[in-house]
Amino acid sequence: MIAALVQIALLFGGLSLIAFGGGAGTLPEMQRAAVVVHHWITAPDFLAFFAMSRAAPGPGSLIVLLIGQKVAGLAGALVAFVAMFGPSCVLAYFAARIWHRAAHSAWRALLERALAPVAIGLTFASGLALIRGTEHGWVAYAVTAGATLAFAFTELHPIALLVGGAVVLLVAG
Amino acid sequence: MGNREAGRPSLASLFAAFVSIGMMSFGGGLAAWIRREVVQRRGWMDDQQFLSGYALSQLVPGATNVNLSVFIGAQLRGVAGAVAAVVGLTALPVAIVLVLGAVYLHSRGMPGGATFSTALTGMGAVAIGLNLGTGIRLGRLNIRRLVPALVAAVIAISIGVLGFRLLHVLAVMLPVSLALAWLEKRR
Repeated sequence: MIAALVQIALLFGGLSLIAFGGGAGTLPEMQRAAVVVHHWITAPDFLAFFAMSRAAPGPGSLIVLLIGQKVAGLAGALVAFVAMFGPSCVLAYFAARIWHRAAHSAWRALLERALAPVAIGLTFASGLALIRGTEHGWVAYAVTAGATLAFAFTELHPIALLVGGAVVLLVAG
Repeated sequence: MGNREAGRPSLASLFAAFVSIGMMSFGGGLAAWIRREVVQRRGWMDDQQFLSGYALSQLVPGATNVNLSVFIGAQLRGVAGAVAAVVGLTALPVAIVLVLGAVYLHSRGMPGGATFSTALTGMGAVAIGLNLGTGIRLGRLNIRRLVPALVAAVIAISIGVLGFRLLHVLAVMLPVSLALAWLEKRR
């Protein structure tokens, strides 16, 4: 139990500090650790957890609660939450103080331009890695493709898309 | 505009504002809700301050919207404000996610468990699409040149298709992207 909590803290604490471009960028690494390295959950479990954290309100990174909960109950969820959000929040707090003073500095503009493509690349990487890590039928792949286009090019609400995807799989899956 | 609370809000009203933001954010779009509540409705900061904070939140590692809450809370009420904003934002969503998780873990082998799991597979397939669609949207808004597009593509393929580790890719591509942005500016 204690060993599992330590593993959770180390995994998510580390990911917290390299989650450039938001929490989604760490999903491939999270999936690798939870499914392949530690065998805490199966790949379909991971996808289900991902779906639940996207459907619920709040940040998508709350998926760490579900992994922690599966491994070590409420204590696991709590440790995962603090590990995932604590370090990055402390960093954000100090960064905010420096940021304020650097409003017109050249290094701030350079950082902004350099990190934008990194964040965008990580966003795509998370989607691609999730597809790769999940055994799916063609219906599910088609749903992913449809949702990608719908979300990128229309103003349909994400919740409407999520419900639509569930209905399609229930009817045609 | 509703500027009745303009200036320094109390910790309680900061907390209450972020509780309501947390609950309104079904299906993403959190930043838009944060802006609506903090800038438009309560007038606690102006758009320029908000956008600057939003940019910073994306630069710092971690969940963007949580970082943004830290930024706003800290700006308005220091450390205590940052804590109030983050706890407010996440309190109810945390409870909801934990209940969903408990239902999922106990639904196996129960009647209806297979249906629940099929529905989640469909939602998961959509959720992957939401990530890819977000990437397309952000790319169209923020990438106008070939070099940054290549940086984004190399990162997406090396992690997403070839399965390289996040840390290894960042160790190479963060310096590369910084150097390219620096070179491009000097030209």
